[in-house]
Amino acid sequence: MKERGSPLFLERRSYRQRRLMDAARLLPLLGVLLWLVPLLWPQGGGPSAPADVEAVATSNAILYIFGVWVLLALAALFLSLMLDGKAETQGGKDV
Amino acid sequence: MATLNILIAVCLAYVALLFGVAFMAERAALKGRGNWLRSPWIYTLSLSIYCTAWTFYGAVGYAARSGLEFVTIYLGPTLVMVGWWWALRKMVRIGRTQRITSVADLISSRYGKSGLLAVCVTVLAVIGITPYISLQLQSVTLSFSSFAISDPDGVSLIAGYDTALWVAVGLALFTILFGTRNLDANERHHGVVMAIAVEAVVKLFALIAVGVFVVWGLAGGVGPMMERIDASEIGQWQMDGGRWVGLTFLSAAAFLTLPRMFQVLVVENEDERHLRTAAWAFPTYLMLMSLFVVPIAVIGLEVMPAGSNPDQFVLTVPLTQGQEGLAMLSFLGGFSSATSMVIVAAIALSTMVSNHIVMPIFLRLTQGGASGPSDVRHVVILARRLSIGVVLALGYLYYKVSGGGAALAAIGLVSFAGLAQLLPAMMGGIFWRGATRNGAFAGLVVGFAIWTWCLLLPGFGGGVLSQAVMEQGPWGLSWLRPHALFGIEGIDPLLHAGMWSLLLNVTVFVLVSLVSFPSPLERLQGAQFVNIFDHSDNPQSWSGGIAQSEDLMIMAQRILGPEQVQSFFQAEAARQGLAGYLPEPTPDFLARLERELSGAVGGATAHAMVAQIMGAATVSVEDLLAVADETAQMMEYSSQLEAKSNELTRTARQLRAANDKLTQLSVQKDAFLSQISHELRTPMTSIRAFSEILRDAEGLEPKDLTRYASIIHAEAIRLTRLLDDLLDLSVLENGQVNLNIRDGLLSDVISHAIAASGTDMHAMRVRRSGPAAEIVLTTDHDRLAQVFINLIANAQKYCDADRPELTIDVSRRGGRVIVDFIDNGSGIPPQAQGMVFEKFYRVADRQAGGAGLGLAICREIMGRLGGTLGYLPGQGGAAFRVSLPAAQRMAAR
Repeated sequence: MKERGSPLFLERRSYRQRRLMDAARLLPLLGVLLWLVPLLWPQGGGPSAPADVEAVATSNAILYIFGVWVLLALAALFLSLMLDGKAETQGGKDV
Repeated sequence: MATLNILIAVCLAYVALLFGVAFMAERAALKGRGNWLRSPWIYTLSLSIYCTAWTFYGAVGYAARSGLEFVTIYLGPTLVMVGWWWALRKMVRIGRTQRITSVADLISSRYGKSGLLAVCVTVLAVIGITPYISLQLQSVTLSFSSFAISDPDGVSLIAGYDTALWVAVGLALFTILFGTRNLDANERHHGVVMAIAVEAVVKLFALIAVGVFVVWGLAGGVGPMMERIDASEIGQWQMDGGRWVGLTFLSAAAFLTLPRMFQVLVVENEDERHLRTAAWAFPTYLMLMSLFVVPIAVIGLEVMPAGSNPDQFVLTVPLTQGQEGLAMLSFLGGFSSATSMVIVAAIALSTMVSNHIVMPIFLRLTQGGASGPSDVRHVVILARRLSIGVVLALGYLYYKVSGGGAALAAIGLVSFAGLAQLLPAMMGGIFWRGATRNGAFAGLVVGFAIWTWCLLLPGFGGGVLSQAVMEQGPWGLSWLRPHALFGIEGIDPLLHAGMWSLLLNVTVFVLVSLVSFPSPLERLQGAQFVNIFDHSDNPQSWSGGIAQSEDLMIMAQRILGPEQVQSFFQAEAARQGLAGYLPEPTPDFLARLERELSGAVGGATAHAMVAQIMGAATVSVEDLLAVADETAQMMEYSSQLEAKSNELTRTARQLRAANDKLTQLSVQKDAFLSQISHELRTPMTSIRAFSEILRDAEGLEPKDLTRYASIIHAEAIRLTRLLDDLLDLSVLENGQVNLNIRDGLLSDVISHAIAASGTDMHAMRVRRSGPAAEIVLTTDHDRLAQVFINLIANAQKYCDADRPELTIDVSRRGGRVIVDFIDNGSGIPPQAQGMVFEKFYRVADRQAGGAGLGLAICREIMGRLGGTLGYLPGQGGAAFRVSLPAAQRMAAR
């Protein structure tokens, strides 16, 4: 829903802010996707586990999951530093 | 013995420290030196109440049982925090602009300040949270007994005391002291927030300290630790995909809907910008909290004897290794986790209970808080304090009844699934304007019922439901079995209940919302909540009505306290440009007052209280209709104005035209007067001159005498004729003419006119054509003949052809009789064609005599006879067309 009278094209700075907002919106989706990846890993122990595929070791799982965690936190830190306070108050208008 | 005594001493000292910190923070805030209290770091740390004792102790136990699955409990909140731009930002803004006090207040405010929904949410929250509180009490008790076991005398000592009771009493005391100090939720609980921030640091530090000890002290570094993890019984990735996704979702939902999380996330939020810091700092906190969980669990499984409770590994591992100091720290961490959760949960629940259950009942009993004799302010505070006591008592009772046997994490997840039932109503409320109160209510009831049936009752105190019901369903209805709804078996009970309850909750919520129609207030609130960023000011207003400002002040004082209210009223009066304390009850002012009040007693109650004084129970349909009517009236009025202005423009144009005509008429009249005086003067001059000669000159010859006398006579006749013409014209114009209507042939009239005008004497030929002899006219034949004579005479006078010829052509056309008089002269020049019918107009260069009234008289006569006289251009000469209605002939027959 565009506001009437809002310009079609924005200044470079505002444009950058809009894209950062997009990034802020997409970040949790990225997190969901990355944390869904472990479901694809070969399972250990279960009867359905293929015998020739080695199950992923817990240590590797820890590294992956916590690695994603750190990545997300850093991305959120970056976004919160880059996002303008003013852009935040004018809210989620889509342009 | 020594250990336990030291532990109790440390514990008491720690509690004293917390009291001190809370006290200092309150004082600093009171003195306005509390800027550091409003830092985003305090906010982030206060969020850590998400990590309860369940997290602190339970996560390790969870990891020892099911590996990495425990991490889902943290992944959900991490995703919510990282995605703050979606939901949290909106919730915080709504909470701040609408002065939301609790999650029940949020939902009730969104759905038209519905009291029923608020009660429903409150009851659900109390039922969902009470087991959780008892879980905290249990964990503190368990950790005490863990210490006691290592102490030979401790067992007997601990048996003598009811640890859970003492903890509950202590927590109630702390919460009442710092959680109900002030009423307005806008003056946030600085003391409490500060204390839980300290506790957040303590528990993180404690867990990391234990983790560091385990990894570097016992395992010998990161590498060996990893090897030991892989070698342990949880060393292989083993995950139920459904639980992985489901638990992540549940924890994310609970993070948003848990009353205590809502309290710290939204209600205690000082500044929206704090959210940006928390967006990355809180996920980091969660990550650190879970970093050492698996190592502690693995080492615990190794070093502890088989059968020991893995939920206590955080405590028992350092204890068995002789690290009593570390164990003490770890105990404090767990203690902090439990207490901070209980304190905030109790505050949140007591706010909900007092605002949505106690206050409405009280208001109803006293017939309105404003006019009641008792002090509402005290009632509210008392209600909160009692609610806190009741909530903790319930938690304690649940702990006692359930016996405290079940694994810690299980109760936590049951509670999560229960509170997650609020999610559809909440998210639907802030993102979907079509969500209605009925939809939210129906969804909540359905979700809550399924959760109770499938999860709460089967787990309650080892199973309230009998074995038969569990296996065959109630009354033999097998599709209602608590763990196999609709006959689908084999799903994990938690997932089963969570999935069905949320699925049906959302379905019912959406369906009922789609078919029901919201009340006006709901629609108003819905628009405000969903589009909060478009208008963050609260436009919910009171339309008109004369409220007594004084009454409002009296009522507000009872709730908020005199000083605050007086300064608020004074500021409002100043804003309106008035001196003193009593502002006009403008909608603006009332909306702000309502918001102030809603901070203390909740949106619905504040609305009701202001409404009582305003004399309007709610914003009713009638009010809205009145507003709409006003708008419609104004629109109608403006369209009327527009029509009027158009009319005025039209009238002005007409007036201008009339004015032009009048000016023209005046000019014409002047011209007429000068003409007539000129016309009269010319004969009069010669009459005077010749009569003077006759009188004065002597000896005139008879021939001259006769000549002069005949000149005078001729001039007199001319004068008479002129005056006759003028009289004729004036009679015709005034409509006083008497018409002598009779039947006759048109050919007779024409013949008479030709004869009378004496064409024989002129050299002009007259040709006649057309069926004049067949046409019978019922009209004034003399007048008509007068017109014809005039036209023929004009042709005689003005036709400048060598052999003048006049054609009189008669025809019938469309019910009219047309008579054309066409000569073969040069005709009338175009610029004069419009003027020939004007009085005194004469074609200038020909002096043929006559006053120039003939054609004007003719046109008047034709008008009287119902016909027209016009000039017909383009006929090769001067051509006049006489047109008469033929109807009269028809009528005559």
